[in-house]
Amino acid sequence: MEETATQEFLHNLRTLPHSVKEACFRLGKAPESEREESQATFHNLFLHIHSVRVHLRTLSPTLTFGLGLMATASFVLTLITGVLLMVYYKPSTDLAYQSIKDIHFAVFTGRFIRNIHRWAAQFMVVVVLLHMARVFFTASYKKPREFNWLVGLGLLVITLALSFTGYLLPWDQLAYWAITIGSNIANSPRELTDAIGITKYFDPGGFQKRLLLGANYVGQDALIRFYVLHVFVLPLALVTLLGVHFWRIRKDGGLAKPEDPMGGLAEWGGERRPVFEPLATKTYGLMALVKGQRPPVNRGPENTVMSWPRLFWAELSVFMLTVATTLILAFYSDAPLKELANAAIPENPAKAPWYFLGIQELVSYSAFTGGLLIPVIVVVGLALIPFLDRRAGGEGTWFGTKSERAVFWQSFLFALAVTAGMLAFTVNYGWLRNWSPNIHQLWIIVINPGSLLVVIFAGWSILILRRKNSVRLAAVSLFTCFLVGFILLTYFATVHRGPNWHFYWWPSQWPIH
Amino acid sequence: MSRLDPPRINRRSFLSLASMGSFFAALGTAAAGMFRLPNPAVLPGPVRRFKLGPPEQFAAGSETAFAEQGLVLFRDDEGFYAISSTCTHLGCTVARSQDGFACPCHGSRFDNEGSVIGGPAPRPLPWLEVSRVANGDLVVNADSEVPEGTRYRV
Ligand code: HEM
Repeated sequence: MEETATQEFLHNLRTLPHSVKEACFRLGKAPESEREESQATFHNLFLHIHSVRVHLRTLSPTLTFGLGLMATASFVLTLITGVLLMVYYKPSTDLAYQSIKDIHFAVFTGRFIRNIHRWAAQFMVVVVLLHMARVFFTASYKKPREFNWLVGLGLLVITLALSFTGYLLPWDQLAYWAITIGSNIANSPRELTDAIGITKYFDPGGFQKRLLLGANYVGQDALIRFYVLHVFVLPLALVTLLGVHFWRIRKDGGLAKPEDPMGGLAEWGGERRPVFEPLATKTYGLMALVKGQRPPVNRGPENTVMSWPRLFWAELSVFMLTVATTLILAFYSDAPLKELANAAIPENPAKAPWYFLGIQELVSYSAFTGGLLIPVIVVVGLALIPFLDRRAGGEGTWFGTKSERAVFWQSFLFALAVTAGMLAFTVNYGWLRNWSPNIHQLWIIVINPGSLLVVIFAGWSILILRRKNSVRLAAVSLFTCFLVGFILLTYFATVHRGPNWHFYWWPSQWPIH
Repeated sequence: MSRLDPPRINRRSFLSLASMGSFFAALGTAAAGMFRLPNPAVLPGPVRRFKLGPPEQFAAGSETAFAEQGLVLFRDDEGFYAISSTCTHLGCTVARSQDGFACPCHGSRFDNEGSVIGGPAPRPLPWLEVSRVANGDLVVNADSEVPEGTRYRV
């Protein structure tokens, strides 16, 4: 019997919840077969950046420690809380400080949201640095991942730039003086151009400072520029690069891992598993469209499992761990807000956010060398790693090649001793200017504790290159030196530098002023 | 064909290369033009000529700090002079110390004449031009530097 239109309509109405659900979730239930599990992955926009199957090594928590994902999670947190803060924040020198005060003290949940934003941002800086270290020490930058290493470096720079631009927005004393210092670091090529007397004709320093501040001083023009960078330009750039980063991970064949052995049995997790053996009489050519030394079909699929649900469980737990950590920190510890910016009286000591304090220590030797030259050398050096160390081996394994661990510890101790020695010497004896006040500035730009450290580290790495006859080991030694130097300088400037940038054993010894 | 001969290129790939090339050249020019915008043509800024009051107000041998204006005014037997209190290193405000000036941010130290005696500052603290206006008040022009040792006699 034919349905009348009314009946059809009523039927559709009755089944409305079901059909809406079906339209939104194509599978509509927890997947039960492998086929459904693969559909769950590739039918979903957010999950389909993952491959359907994932290698067991990739799932091992100690390969990545979930650091990249933690960075992503904390970025998402800053994004959400940042939009909420924008509701009240006013980027004007007259109103900015008051609006932050309102957010902190008057707006319902405002303080909590502000704290989350602050903590997530700091957490992000830490885990991005750690993530870079893990990629390095697992040799995961090697072919074909060189490009993604560069993308990652771009992400690192943007992450730091985001932190720096955000620092100005509260327009309190910390903000004002950090930006004064920062913009003068941008200006510091003048130190060099002044020293050789060409500033009149060629003044990149002045140009950079003007671009940053839009004026000769830190004021409204600077604030609005930093605001636009912080809430729009840099987040957009970061999201875009992040897209490229993830896309490349897929295209480079997932996370770096050692090749599975061909054919026969493979050891994995204490078990011996059979590995797929390609037949000599068959072609697997189509698969070669995917980048890699061999079509993936040649590798043992037996060492992979369905991404759904294990990979997503893993990712979800990292995500929740990040959120929980940040929320707890934000609940118990408030983001600082100093007095209103005062152009007449600097904070004493005026310290940058902690992750820039290593640079601030270097800057206290020479603004140009410590603030620009050395950071640029470091970034360029990091960028060159995958192009200078090209021999395959050790990918996806911590300290994967011969004597890497030994070189790491040797370099660790060496860098620790050299950096600590250099700091102790500088604190006790001063530097060129203290010994001979009339010395030409050029000497100080070229020879200072910072530049000496760079030279010594480079020399050490060349020594390793010669001795061990391995480019990878030379890279390991240099990267370790950089890491130790960075951490030690940061620690030193955080704890042992007080008013007038003098040395103190503990902040409790600072004079009252 | 020797290895030094340029590879042959057919008309189609030449034309597509040429069109791609001009596209990117145009894009580059446009981008350069866009980046010209944030470079300010005029630099807005407050006037930095400060009236400090009648000269009699300052006794010989005295020194007076003007925090807001960022300078210290001295008077000795030879006359007046003003030294900027903005550190030449990275722009923090220096404070008076026993032997001169000290910077809170990166530890630069200067003597009483503003010469560098320690720390990272690349240049001495600038001496600023002192003059008087019609009614006799002292004026310091913080944008105008004078050689060290210059005095203004009243
Ligand atoms: C905002 C900053 C960053 C985010 C959110 C991010 C995110 C991620 C994620 C989620 C992964 C997957 C594997 C993992 O978790 O380790 C990954 C892999 C990778 N990242 Fe990053 N990353 C960032 C910065 C960097 C930096 C600074 C570098 C290096 C200079 C880098 C280089 C790489 C490379 C080479 C891989 C592939 C590793 C492999 O194949 O094993 N990334 N990144």
